[in-house]
Amino acid sequence: MSQIGFSLKPKRAFAWSGLVPVVYIIFLMIPLYWLLNTSFKTNQEILGAFTLWPKNFTWDNYLTIFTEPVWRAGYINSITYVVLNTLISLVVALPAAYAFSRYNFLGDKHLFFWLLTNRMAPSAVFVLPFFQLYSSVGLIDTHIAVAIAHTLFNLPLAVWILEGFMSGIPREVDETAYIDGYSFPKFFVRIFMPLIKSGIGVAAFFCFMFSWVELLIARTLTITEAKPISAVLTRTVTGEGVDWGLIAAAGILTIVPGALVIYFVRNYIAKGFALGRV
Amino acid sequence: MNKTWNNKAWWMVVPVVLLVAFSAIIPLMTVVNYAFQDTFGNNEFYWVGIEWFEDLMESDRFFDALQRNILFSCIILAIEVPLGIMIALSLPKSGWKVNVYLVLMALPLLIPWNVVGTIWQVFSRTDIGLLGNTLVSLGFDYNYTRDVLDAWITIVAMDVWHWTSLVVLLSYSGLVAIPEAYFQAARIDGASKWATFRYIQLPKMRGVLTIAILLRFMDSFKIYTEPMVLTGGGPGNSTTFMSIDLVKMAIGQFDLGPAAAMSLVYFMIILLICYAFFTVVTNMDKAETKTGGAS
Repeated sequence: MSQIGFSLKPKRAFAWSGLVPVVYIIFLMIPLYWLLNTSFKTNQEILGAFTLWPKNFTWDNYLTIFTEPVWRAGYINSITYVVLNTLISLVVALPAAYAFSRYNFLGDKHLFFWLLTNRMAPSAVFVLPFFQLYSSVGLIDTHIAVAIAHTLFNLPLAVWILEGFMSGIPREVDETAYIDGYSFPKFFVRIFMPLIKSGIGVAAFFCFMFSWVELLIARTLTITEAKPISAVLTRTVTGEGVDWGLIAAAGILTIVPGALVIYFVRNYIAKGFALGRV
Repeated sequence: MNKTWNNKAWWMVVPVVLLVAFSAIIPLMTVVNYAFQDTFGNNEFYWVGIEWFEDLMESDRFFDALQRNILFSCIILAIEVPLGIMIALSLPKSGWKVNVYLVLMALPLLIPWNVVGTIWQVFSRTDIGLLGNTLVSLGFDYNYTRDVLDAWITIVAMDVWHWTSLVVLLSYSGLVAIPEAYFQAARIDGASKWATFRYIQLPKMRGVLTIAILLRFMDSFKIYTEPMVLTGGGPGNSTTFMSIDLVKMAIGQFDLGPAAAMSLVYFMIILLICYAFFTVVTNMDKAETKTGGAS
């Protein structure tokens, strides 16, 4: 009897609060649905009639994008520099995070805060100097330029996240490995990295995310060869007679890589977002 | 954790320092250069001292943009943080449903920022948008390109749509890490829902909430792309935030001196606020461990 009474109460509370996330997700999905809806319409229908779903369903907008080389190239460019950035950030951040989590050294606290300040720097401040800097070293309009420029905000974040995860691994692990005769690089790659692999995953996720969504710097540093997909999109907006159907289709396509990444990390989202700091 | 003193650890940090120095210090020095000089073109510069800063301190344009930024950050923090916590509390602790919820919630976070602007443009325009069209046909006088209040409401709604999930995900990851024993103890004590939240869940979430608030503050204070795409800073200058104004000044009008001076002040403000917040939180942590150790 008492068991029934016990289970009734949480159940009733659940039924009520269970609505909250559903309502929130509906709120998130409505604008996305509208974009999807618009992408399947002809421009005539978009501007002429207000319809909740496409009356004259068409794939034309998507076909245009897939057949025009500018759009395809935009995709490849974006993915190239995002992946480059993620790799650079991780490779460089891993040893640094280890140093911060294991040792005290001259000026470590100041250095850490200085690194974090770069995460706070408004991109707008750096737009013009970046253009001049990368022009003067001849890297303008290359993928590597954007990848390096994005380390400005991704590297501090990666160090911060990894440091959190590494601090959760007891020092004894390191010491045991050294006693067993591991050299530092061997220990780091064979033993330590597998221990913090969820941390590496989370750091990679955040690097990917912030590099993928950024536009201002990416657009400034590229002209044609490395132009990101999202910059191609803005160019269409400024053209005469806005092609809303095409914009909507392109918008939907820029959401796809992000959705794929989320799908791959779905099991880590809940724990990983704590950044090892709970 | 006890760390050992080892200055050789510097070697592991050197790559980071070099890379960030290349992307941060060199450009920042360029900005500092411009901030104290003027030019008549031809790449000839001469020293003007703090003239640009004096101009800036007297310029209404700067303070208006600053006010808008502060107002915007306060509004979105006041909405997104409580809302995010509330949604995180209402999520079930486990089960397949949670995974579906979290995946769907994370979606807006990975949409390129100008696409976010575009989505809301397509959504709120009065001619083609679901929101705009519906509001107008219901008889509201809604037009975000003409009315200041409408523009602000739309931008705030866009930011809430875009970023509340970050707060949800962070809070939720804090919540699931609380051991079940805490809740059992609270139930035995007959603690109310509010008491459980106030004395168990909230303190346990403090670490992740700090990250959430810091990230949301920094990013909302730096905001550029989304309002730029949605309203272009208008109507008038009513949604011209500091970043938008800065890019207009530096690239549109090529006023390097004033733009550089503004950049430095802008950066300093963010640094100061973050530093203050950071210090307060770390001090709270210290106070907590002290009392925790005594009891």
